Amino acid sequence: MTEIPEHLLKRAQAAREKAAGATGADAAPAGDRIPDALLDRTKSAGAGAAAVVATAPAAGLPVGAGPGGHTQRLLTVVKSGSIQEAKAAPVDKVHTWPHLLAVEFVASLAMLAALFIFSWVVNAPLLKAADFNQTPNPSKAPWYFLGLQELLTMFHPMIAGVTLPGVGILALILAPYLDRNPSNKPEDRKFMTAMMTMFLIFWAVLTIIGSFFRGPGFNFTFPWRDGIFFEL
Amino acid sequence: MAKVLDNPRPTLKERAAKAGQQVQGSQVWNSIFRPGSIFRKGYTDSPRNRSYVIMNSVLYHLHPVKVKRHAVKVSYTLCLGGLSFFLFILLTVTGIFLMFFYRPTGANAWQDIQTLQTSVTFGLLIRNMHRWAAHLMVLSVFLHMARVFYHGAYKPPREFNWVIGVVLLTLTLLLSFTGYLLPWDQLALWAVTVGTNMMGYTPVMGSQVRFVLLGGVEIGSETLLRWYVLHVIMLPFVIIIFMAIHFWRVRKDGGISGPL
Repeated sequence: MTEIPEHLLKRAQAAREKAAGATGADAAPAGDRIPDALLDRTKSAGAGAAAVVATAPAAGLPVGAGPGGHTQRLLTVVKSGSIQEAKAAPVDKVHTWPHLLAVEFVASLAMLAALFIFSWVVNAPLLKAADFNQTPNPSKAPWYFLGLQELLTMFHPMIAGVTLPGVGILALILAPYLDRNPSNKPEDRKFMTAMMTMFLIFWAVLTIIGSFFRGPGFNFTFPWRDGIFFEL
Repeated sequence: MAKVLDNPRPTLKERAAKAGQQVQGSQVWNSIFRPGSIFRKGYTDSPRNRSYVIMNSVLYHLHPVKVKRHAVKVSYTLCLGGLSFFLFILLTVTGIFLMFFYRPTGANAWQDIQTLQTSVTFGLLIRNMHRWAAHLMVLSVFLHMARVFYHGAYKPPREFNWVIGVVLLTLTLLLSFTGYLLPWDQLALWAVTVGTNMMGYTPVMGSQVRFVLLGGVEIGSETLLRWYVLHVIMLPFVIIIFMAIHFWRVRKDGGISGPL
């Protein structure tokens, strides 16, 4: 249970003394924690008496008063912040409609228009029907896996195809738990920014090499010399 | 002497305005558009109605009624998360269209795509949109992740939403990869062959995982059916659940992060 702060204890003590001074020593016998009125009521109920108990309240004390004549009791002390969030400063807010919805609407329309026009002009590839007896050279994975395929040329498949991507995804998942720096200011988090940038560049370079610099037999080529071996 | 009409005949414009008023005041109209709708009669741009627009719309109430002022700045989010979601919706719509013309069997798949492109009205356009939107979604989800990282938005209290985001990125890649096989052309077959060969090197259970995913030891008609089911039902089902949690957590974690 929460410890009662000292100033509250002091205040309670002062109030108790004040109450004791006002009602006198006969208010409640020392050590008797339960008022007579309640005791009487319990007794009559326990005896099974049908008579309505109408015990007169002790002189000068309301029914149900606590020891020392208190009519209020401190059940517990709840520290602020444990159940309520005190808002330190008001947040500058705007209405979602129209401020956010308008932006979203324009962004979606622009995206739809761009996609529509691009799809009108550029056709999705459809090569010859699948043929198990004819392996194209080179055979490439979809572009987002070409970084992995590029790694396969350097490491054992167990490392390149499973371990490294597994570690990569795990590192991403664990990033918020490993990065103990609470700040989100770019100047405070140069290390993490550098790490992520290196990771992204590493990945982008691998993907670009796998996409454009790999020709027949997945051997290194220059796209301007031998052409591009890449389909989206 | 010209006769002056006490009660001139209403012009066409006045009649149209009156008809519009009557429609907007009708019971049918009012039952469709809830209070605060901009289509309702007497809509005024008041703070109360601005709140109602969000609260009384099943679609918009994904948003809170009010957002932080900096959260609506395009230069902060670049709209990447929202556009990823929008692309997902576009992919769902175009994908449903494609499903009408496609049979996931080795004998039919390629021919169906060919027929779709040459004989179905807008078939080629819709297939193009589906394919390019798919590539674009992989890109936008990836860029969204980079944006969130550089803003440090994965920090408390948003750690778990970042984890869900990584799951969503993985699911997006899987959705794209399973869809890659479906045209059943040389590109699809051999790209997936390369991709799934990597999977076989997973320690302990690599070959079993590969067997389950391919429906055999090699890619074939069974693979096509499995990946079709994964692509059109199972993975979308899973990703929608994770997206729901992702969006909900954005709000529960106090809106988007920042400002920097």
